[in-house]
Amino acid sequence: MDGRGNELLLPYPISVWNALVAMVRMGEFWAAVAASLGRIALGLGAGIAVGAALAVLTCASPWCDRLFSPAIRVVRAAPVASFILLVLLWTGRNTVPAVISAMMVVPVVWDSLSRGIQAMDSKLLELARCYRFSRWKTAALIYLPSLRPHILSALTTAGGLAWKSGVAAEVLCLPEPSLGQRIYYTKYYLDIPELFAWTAATVALSLILERLLRACLARWGKRWGL
Amino acid sequence: MILCRDLTVSFGERSVLDRFSLKIPDTGVTALSGPSGCGKTTLLRVLAGLEKPQSGTADVSPRQTAILFQDDRLLPWRTVEQHLTDVLSRERWGEIPALLALAELEGEEHSYPAALSGGMGRRLALARCLALDARLYLLDEPFAGVDLPRALRILDRLRALPAPVLLVSHEPAVLARADTVVKLDGPPLRPVSL
Repeated sequence: MDGRGNELLLPYPISVWNALVAMVRMGEFWAAVAASLGRIALGLGAGIAVGAALAVLTCASPWCDRLFSPAIRVVRAAPVASFILLVLLWTGRNTVPAVISAMMVVPVVWDSLSRGIQAMDSKLLELARCYRFSRWKTAALIYLPSLRPHILSALTTAGGLAWKSGVAAEVLCLPEPSLGQRIYYTKYYLDIPELFAWTAATVALSLILERLLRACLARWGKRWGL
Repeated sequence: MILCRDLTVSFGERSVLDRFSLKIPDTGVTALSGPSGCGKTTLLRVLAGLEKPQSGTADVSPRQTAILFQDDRLLPWRTVEQHLTDVLSRERWGEIPALLALAELEGEEHSYPAALSGGMGRRLALARCLALDARLYLLDEPFAGVDLPRALRILDRLRALPAPVLLVSHEPAVLARADTVVKLDGPPLRPVSL
């Protein structure tokens, strides 16, 4: 194979760099990034809210635990591709990335927060009862700071997972515009340098988002004196 | 006078309180003294509503009591001052300097528990308990880790509180300074005839 043939399998770094520079100069790139970010952030937010609510419910009520825990474990064990295709059948293609991101995030948040709630210091909860703390005060002064390491771990893992599964869903469902759709077209047209460039952009965005998330959580910790 | 009558508590086969009765004067410090495990802490927990007695009554409801636990139970993420604002209503925040002075914690308002010594942590737990509005203060070994001269100064301030204090202590000097001393034995808990 000559030099051009090799680029179909593994492009030269300079080709990838040129493709990346050309991409970021186009408005379509930023439109795709913004749309993917919006969808996946929506899914991440919904997944965190549902996962946290389920953790509280399953820890508070044995009945809820029996009802929800097996279902959450099934979602965690099932292959993400099956869910992507099922959700695509049930809803529109634009909804799938958000729904899939949320579905991947729920078990992670549920698992981490449930473990945190079960490991809560019962003596501090007894103190809160005895010193007549309201429910809100108990949550703000005891539960949230005690759960902070679990929340931190859940959110950082969930952020990466939501991003990866959301982009994978976009590749299979091709919502317009999206990072996943652009990745799919580069494969379709065998534009391998651009495929690498889009992948690099996706990874870079994931790292930036993780940094941002960690910075926000660190600020939150500082506010609570942790 | 606050009366506890015929309190009975057992954990499985083990009887800790068996028809135990006690009179607590309306003011001053009443000290309970007795060997470890005789049931003193259980008595305080019953009066605070943390253990349900199988029988017996007390003139004071659990909601009218404030208990200082045997361990400090401080919140590592709250400062000294915040520990007090957490239990005081906003209108009573003006009482914070007096509470800090009572526990000899002036100047430590912005310290976190990790920066406090064992004795300072104990005094903070005591100040937080006294910040609660109560008809009876139940203090389980309030001077553990506190040096004796300071413990006696704080004890004198406790004796001047408007509400009575029922405390557990093993320290002879503290018992000597208390207004009333009840010597106990057990389990099951029973007064030692002098």
